[in-house]
Amino acid sequence: MKRMLSFIITVVVLTGVMGLTTPGLLDKVRLGLDLKGGFEILYHAEPMDTGGTLTRASLQKTAESLEKRANALGTSEPEVTTEGTDRIRLKIAGVTDEAEVRKKMKEPAVLTFRSAADGDAAGVFSKIELVGSDFVEGAAEVQRDNLNRPEISISIKDKAKFAEITERLLGKQLAIYLDETLLSDPPYVRAVLTDGKASISGGYTLDEAREIADTINLGALPLKLTEKYSQSVGATLGKQSLDQTVRAGIVGSLIILIFMMFMYRLPGVLASFALILHTWLLILVFVIADFTLTLPGIAAFILGIGMAVDANIITNERIREEMRSGKSILSSVKAGNKTSFRTVMDANVTTIIVAAVMFAFGTGAVKGFALILIVEIVLSIVTNLYFAHWMLTVLVKAGALKKPKQFGVKESDISAL
Amino acid sequence: MRFKKELDFVHLSKFFYIFSIALTVAGLVFLATFGLNYSVDFKAGSNVDVSLSKSITLAQLQPALDEAGIGHDPTITIGDKRVNIRYDEELDDTQSETLKAAITKIDDKASFEVNTVDTEMAKELARNAIYSVLLSSIGIIIYVSIRFEWRFALASIVALLHDAFMVVAIFSIFRLEVDLTFIVAVLTIIGYSINDTIVIFDRIRENLRFGKQKSYEDLKSLVNKSVSQTLMRSLYTAFTVFIAAFFLLIMGGESIKMFSLAMVIGLLFGAYSSIFIASPLWLLLKKRQKTPVKSNPAKA
Repeated sequence: MKRMLSFIITVVVLTGVMGLTTPGLLDKVRLGLDLKGGFEILYHAEPMDTGGTLTRASLQKTAESLEKRANALGTSEPEVTTEGTDRIRLKIAGVTDEAEVRKKMKEPAVLTFRSAADGDAAGVFSKIELVGSDFVEGAAEVQRDNLNRPEISISIKDKAKFAEITERLLGKQLAIYLDETLLSDPPYVRAVLTDGKASISGGYTLDEAREIADTINLGALPLKLTEKYSQSVGATLGKQSLDQTVRAGIVGSLIILIFMMFMYRLPGVLASFALILHTWLLILVFVIADFTLTLPGIAAFILGIGMAVDANIITNERIREEMRSGKSILSSVKAGNKTSFRTVMDANVTTIIVAAVMFAFGTGAVKGFALILIVEIVLSIVTNLYFAHWMLTVLVKAGALKKPKQFGVKESDISAL
Repeated sequence: MRFKKELDFVHLSKFFYIFSIALTVAGLVFLATFGLNYSVDFKAGSNVDVSLSKSITLAQLQPALDEAGIGHDPTITIGDKRVNIRYDEELDDTQSETLKAAITKIDDKASFEVNTVDTEMAKELARNAIYSVLLSSIGIIIYVSIRFEWRFALASIVALLHDAFMVVAIFSIFRLEVDLTFIVAVLTIIGYSINDTIVIFDRIRENLRFGKQKSYEDLKSLVNKSVSQTLMRSLYTAFTVFIAAFFLLIMGGESIKMFSLAMVIGLLFGAYSSIFIASPLWLLLKKRQKTPVKSNPAKA
């Protein structure tokens, strides 16, 4: 009776948890661009000048800069990732003016030093004094001033030009802009600088100073971006795909569940419960690991349910076979669980091998698909193998499953030992 | 429902070998002459998928295309409330915006999916797909050789390459479009097909433990027995996975249609090859091993 009780408690608690959390979980699943609309661009990055070098850091910085720009354009949750050594993938959802975003993204970061022109209001600097090409490439570095405070030093190619500017602006402010953004409180020019080095100090922390130096270097050495691949999906079309595919999934899954219950009776009901648990766990993993659900992802999801059923079918067929050979129900279940375990493991490991290869070689959607497949197989082993076996064994031991009929085995098929 | 009488699968497989070989040859001929109908994922260009609130005719669409005035004549496929426009050259931002604007004029509820791929990227995708298939095969050979023996590994690889090729062949024969999701489908079929084969091989391996198989006849009946023991499971599993893929095909989103179709075809071949190709092939390989034993009974 104790066993029966633990079984009932487990099932009731799991059902309750699943029922209560599912709507909330579903809302939290992050949808891919193909399901909610948006666009994705894969850029190939190369140095602006031939002969320049492309470093990991400059790629990273370019990606960060793209992300900042996307944010500045007011798009929701832009996602920028680097890929390989020379690629940047950009994903932006819910964009109204796609052409504008694309244009902004491709412009190289432009670093300018500006001063206030005649007629500028306070805090406005419209006269451009120096542009990106005036600076020595990658020359911005963090130093410490006399008081050991971090400051940023930049080298300028034309010393005379800089001397002229600082002389003219002595006592005035010289603002530093990256694109159209003011980098810091505009510093005042305190002396005529003849050595071609400008220092920006403004009470920065060391990290802030480093960040600015990096940004300036990026501005001075921007990477040239070319579009390798782009995909843009309208919001309506995305929603339509999501609805259709989810509906297809629900119908397919229901038929599978009905089939299982019809075919294997009570063990089939247990298998269905394990399958539902499996699906719920998968959604949970999606939310916790913050996976993005894409269309191929849903396909993998539904297909995975079909494949997870295999574990249950193998087990139940085996148990039936053992019963027909005349074994008692308990030993049939034990033997069936044991032999099917090995088979299911072998079969699943081979599928994981394929999925792992897809993950290693794939990009974008393929990677996502492979990852879901792997997670799904692992979860399937937990739920459709371990958990389903446990449920079945408990019910048999507790005496709830006594007759071969409950397994869908006819008495007449059982041969005498 | 179950088979009381054991069918002679090994014998039946001879006919299926002929069927598979014929289909393979037909597939090779079609591949060699017509190749595959690659989508934008594999050759450079742009693909514009439009979902409309009403059905339109080519005559209605033509002015919009002319207005956009982009390059050469695109391939246009018109479906129910859907239009697919395929350009061989890559559209740039302005061109795709012009096109969208022109179509929006016809139907303001139009929703677009625009995919653009450049040549280099397309080649890379195709290359990676081939590497994936080869590498997966090697991985499976190693695993199966360790868990079973090399004969099982070889037979299962032949079966899975057969399944993958059949899907490719059918796509080539019927000129179905091959996109990136097709590759995913083929790889999944490989994963599923091997899964299916392993279940039967597992049973053969298990049955091999009971008693000695002295002759080819013993081995043959062992294979027949193993296949029929796992037959219901094979059919049920093929059925359930088929159901999942089938509903994706008829009800799922447009962009995974080809994926689902490839899966449906592949699943059917996967179930078929495990029974009629892989197991008899293993027997064929095993038979060769037995020959020296027979000819030299002193050693047995």
